[in-house]
Amino acid sequence: MRIMFRGFFRIILAVLREIFDESAYARFLTRNGMISSAASYAEFLRETELSRARRPRCC
Amino acid sequence: MSKIVRVLIWSAVAACGTLSIAVIALRRGESINAMWLVVAAGCCYSLGYRFYSKFLATKVLVLDSLRATPAERLENGRDFVRTNKWVVFGHHFAAIAGPGPLVGPVLAAQFGYLPGTLWILAGAVFGGCVQDFVILLFSVRRDGKSLTEMAREEIGKVGGFIAYVSILGIIVILLGVAALIVVNALKGSPWGAFTIAMTIPIALLMGLYLRRIRPGKVLETSILGFALVMLAIVGGQWVSQSPTWAHWFTFTAPTLAIVIIIYGFAASALPVWLLLAPRDYLSTFVKLGVITLLAAGILLVHPQLHMPALTRFIDGTGPVFAGNIFPFAFLTIACGAISGFHSLISSGTTPKLIARETETRLVGYGAMMAESLVAIMAMIAACTMQPGVYFAINSPAGVVGAMPEAAASTISNWGFPVLASDMAALAHSVGEQTLYNRTGGAPAFAVGMAQIFSRSLGGDAVLAIWYHFAIMFEALFILTVLDAGTRVGRFMVQDALGHWWKPLGRISWYPSILSTSALIVAAWGYFLWQGVKDPLGGINSLWPLFGIANQLLSAVALCVATTILIKMGRARYVVVTLLPLFALVCVTFAASWHKIFDPNPRIGFLSHARLLASQIATSPKPGDLARFMLNDHLDALVAGILVCLVSVILVESVIEWTRVLSGRKEARVKETAFVATRFAAEEA
Repeated sequence: MRIMFRGFFRIILAVLREIFDESAYARFLTRNGMISSAASYAEFLRETELSRARRPRCC
Repeated sequence: MSKIVRVLIWSAVAACGTLSIAVIALRRGESINAMWLVVAAGCCYSLGYRFYSKFLATKVLVLDSLRATPAERLENGRDFVRTNKWVVFGHHFAAIAGPGPLVGPVLAAQFGYLPGTLWILAGAVFGGCVQDFVILLFSVRRDGKSLTEMAREEIGKVGGFIAYVSILGIIVILLGVAALIVVNALKGSPWGAFTIAMTIPIALLMGLYLRRIRPGKVLETSILGFALVMLAIVGGQWVSQSPTWAHWFTFTAPTLAIVIIIYGFAASALPVWLLLAPRDYLSTFVKLGVITLLAAGILLVHPQLHMPALTRFIDGTGPVFAGNIFPFAFLTIACGAISGFHSLISSGTTPKLIARETETRLVGYGAMMAESLVAIMAMIAACTMQPGVYFAINSPAGVVGAMPEAAASTISNWGFPVLASDMAALAHSVGEQTLYNRTGGAPAFAVGMAQIFSRSLGGDAVLAIWYHFAIMFEALFILTVLDAGTRVGRFMVQDALGHWWKPLGRISWYPSILSTSALIVAAWGYFLWQGVKDPLGGINSLWPLFGIANQLLSAVALCVATTILIKMGRARYVVVTLLPLFALVCVTFAASWHKIFDPNPRIGFLSHARLLASQIATSPKPGDLARFMLNDHLDALVAGILVCLVSVILVESVIEWTRVLSGRKEARVKETAFVATRFAAEEA
């Protein structure tokens, strides 16, 4: 039961990290061999700005 | 589990669903418990997912778990990323869930809870879920191509162009209606206006905090932003009780409209990281939280539904919006049953995250079921109110009168008793000066939701806090759609104008940004202004127009899906997309006909214009009437153009189907060639 709950919360956290772009940022850091900093986050924002701005939000 | 046990379990689910729907449909003259709706929905979705979506997956679409998805073949760690199916499910749900499934059912509740509920259940299981699932899969098989690209490749160039125009049209109308809902929710409400005004500096602060102080810590920043918003809600009560501050935050509808138009322009032109992204995070955080809370509240309180199953307004004389149950109930509830806008999401980010083809069933079909459940919850929230209160909130002054006593008397005469003193007490208890004539659905939903929340937590003492929490949630939600939609529309216009003059297509060139932003904002701003000035509340004319545009986009998506199915050699199963397509064509074409030509001036744009023309000579304000007439003609023109465009795509599709089925054209789909997944061993 405990394992099931742990798995459930792990999934919920992963969903939230994906929705809130934390996973995308982590992938960006890995891909570019960077560590998290204001400069690397600014670079990440620059890279994703266009796709984020074009992403529609449903009615 | 043995086959007999499985059969017994599913038979029990079917029996339970049948009983619930029978209670919902057949009980008359006495109120029923909201749990019947929840159980009916649960059973319908379970059966739909277990049997119908499985049939679609195995027989119709023949999902292949050994076929590599674009997330695997084109993986770049940026757009194309193999992602856990539940994570994609959550991501997709967060993108498709907007204000539509909340507002639509609230408006459609004027017919009673029965028509809307049945349409939400049947529309989702046989229409919306199928559309989202099929379009998602077809996009996955085409490297994540958009609906417009698929329409161009599979149907023809005209199809692509029409899809483009329809999308732009729906965005403009949607944004106008969405902004109108916010205006109607915040007019004359210093508490609400203050709270929403505060979300702008909070979002800016979040943007700076994310960029400078805690880079990348979005969840943490969203929780902080949420805490600040809660403080703003509490502060709003103080503002509303302070004579000086309340004066500063009490706005009329036209003033609010101007503020929102300026805001929309600024949000479109500002850098994404500064306002759009943090607001989007904050809104998503609140959205997911509120939906979970509402579900928990309904399960905990299991309220009675006071609205009858069917009201007298099925004859088309409804005060919330005019029009018969067919086609208007089916048009009013879009996102909870079937929404064309979802096809943009299903052919946008989501297909690039799918790890296995078989997961499109859970993500496409399953997430739409979750969205449909949100619509059921909105229906429950609206129908738990006393019907008299519901109609007092949602009816425009032009129908029930501007004075409280007159409005209460008119509504009571309809057979829905309500006292002016009860309405005054309710307004006082939610911290508002009045709740009359709050058209748009948002305030009614907020009252229903606040009543459910306060019964689960805090009692009547915190009703006002819950009401403003609900208003904040809806307005935040809608303003996010406004930000994102204006920007998406701007890019679409820039792409198109770039063909005509290259510099205009440069997305970072400021003259282009400013001019195209102004163009899009002016377009939806016009509809907003028209709604604000409309004596019938705006929703009466604009929400059906939005419904027509949204459902027509869905018709385009289903045309694309049907064409692909025929070309795949699955013509014998084509009824799965043809059935919802046929239903939508009937609904949208009938609705468009009524909205343009109906002789009742409350329904038909042209007859309303004729009525105004007959009054213009004797009116003390002929200029106003002339402007209303122009609006009517414009609305009729927009509805007519959309229907004509979709007729063209329908005809073009039918020609394509006939050519393929008769063998005059080779049945060849334009999907990416099969590549076996590297994870075949995992699959085995």
